[in-house]
Amino acid sequence: MTEASAGPLKRTPLHALHKELGARLVPFAGYEMPVQYPTGILVEHAQTRNSCGLFDVSHMGQVRLTAKPGHTAAAALETLVPGDIAGLAPGQQRYTQFTNDSGGILDDLMVTSTGDHLLVVVNAACKDADLAHMQAGLSAACEIEPMFSRGLLALQGPLASSVLSRLVPQAASMKFMTGAYLLIDGARCYVTRSGYTGGDGYEISTPADATDPIARKLLSYAEVKPIGLGARDSLRLEAGLCLYGHDIDTTTTPVEAVLLWSIGKERRVKGGFPGASVIQKQIAEGAPRRRVGLLPDGKAIAREGAGIVIAGKSVGTVTSGGFSPTLGRAIAMGYVERSQSANGTKVELVVRGKPVPAEIVPMPFVKHAYYRG
Amino acid sequence: MAEVKFSEEHEWISVDGEVGTVGITPYAQEQLGDVVFVDVPAAGRKIAKGESVAVVESVKAASDIYSPVSGEVVEANAALADTPGDVNTEPMGKGWFFKVKLSDKGELAGLMDEAAYDTFVKGLG
Repeated sequence: MTEASAGPLKRTPLHALHKELGARLVPFAGYEMPVQYPTGILVEHAQTRNSCGLFDVSHMGQVRLTAKPGHTAAAALETLVPGDIAGLAPGQQRYTQFTNDSGGILDDLMVTSTGDHLLVVVNAACKDADLAHMQAGLSAACEIEPMFSRGLLALQGPLASSVLSRLVPQAASMKFMTGAYLLIDGARCYVTRSGYTGGDGYEISTPADATDPIARKLLSYAEVKPIGLGARDSLRLEAGLCLYGHDIDTTTTPVEAVLLWSIGKERRVKGGFPGASVIQKQIAEGAPRRRVGLLPDGKAIAREGAGIVIAGKSVGTVTSGGFSPTLGRAIAMGYVERSQSANGTKVELVVRGKPVPAEIVPMPFVKHAYYRG
Repeated sequence: MAEVKFSEEHEWISVDGEVGTVGITPYAQEQLGDVVFVDVPAAGRKIAKGESVAVVESVKAASDIYSPVSGEVVEANAALADTPGDVNTEPMGKGWFFKVKLSDKGELAGLMDEAAYDTFVKGLG
């Protein structure tokens, strides 16, 4: 999913800033994105866990859905996702997935209700397909407005709140998974208290031309440093969060991926989303496999694609694996046959042909630190 | 004065008499990023030129390290188990990987000297 199609790489509004900061820029989802800055991924990771990091996630797709007369946008969107969108109060945000008719995941997304409309944020690699999918499914009920030129900044870490509230005092009292329009440096931004690091923080949707000045303003505070996609990946892995195209895709269902918590209770019963019958059957009877956390012994790192075996028999595959800077050891996640997937189960991960002992463990690997007020 | 040679795979070998010390170049460590684990070959292992003999894990990816010469491993850098970051901070010093007793010193002629390697790296853009 991350391979760009042919053609020149797109740039975010922060491209010049990344170059100034000495970022190593790489192709990612059709964009030229910073994978790391000169300090390196370990320092950036620790910065985000201990202080505050600023991420450019402007490559992600932002779309606004506004109901046409006689319709509601939430009811329409619920025909494409299993999440409880109708139940979102104004200013509330929720995580959900676009599913296909087999119950597989086309993409995962965040949805926020502003009261007047829904703001949707989807993955960069999927955004054109997601837009087409929404246009095909929602056009009768909604105006669908892609806002792909807007900026999106993620300000993450334990000091994110103290930093952002210097610019907008209201930010301090916002709770996890809520959003509001806030004026930052004279620009009207949509701010949510959310992120993908497992820590406290915000995502700030900015008008394109305000993105660079706001990023520079945030970086002017000593507590804030720029963070690249490399640390974004190690942070989300520690938090046990799925990376689309790796841990979830069209062949995995939300039940297998242990994302059942994101499916509304009422929706589990009533269905009404693509693949509902498959997902409801898996809820009732159990899915054939389950996404689990894996803690390998020793220092070898089991990466995506490593086999998971018990007594020489294959029981699954690693979908994400890497080094956890916070724990100072290797961690991984993958799918394992449900009958073998209990926490505490001893398995072996096949790393470069050699078995590495590992244990199935609960996730997250590093405790979430969301601000719930 | 030891003779230092470089491979196109960005390994260096510093030869003193019959024994060469092998590591990766400053360019290689910069490309890899933060090194978190190095799997080095055990003493006594017979290795061939071009054989994958070690693995270096950075936060981003695993990379094979190919031996620039043939011979027998006489020592592995055990300190890297605790301080893999030495590969980043001192790639041509404390960050060495292993020492090898060369079986054919003639193989060194096929490697680059420092000036040739610098030119090679500049050509990579």
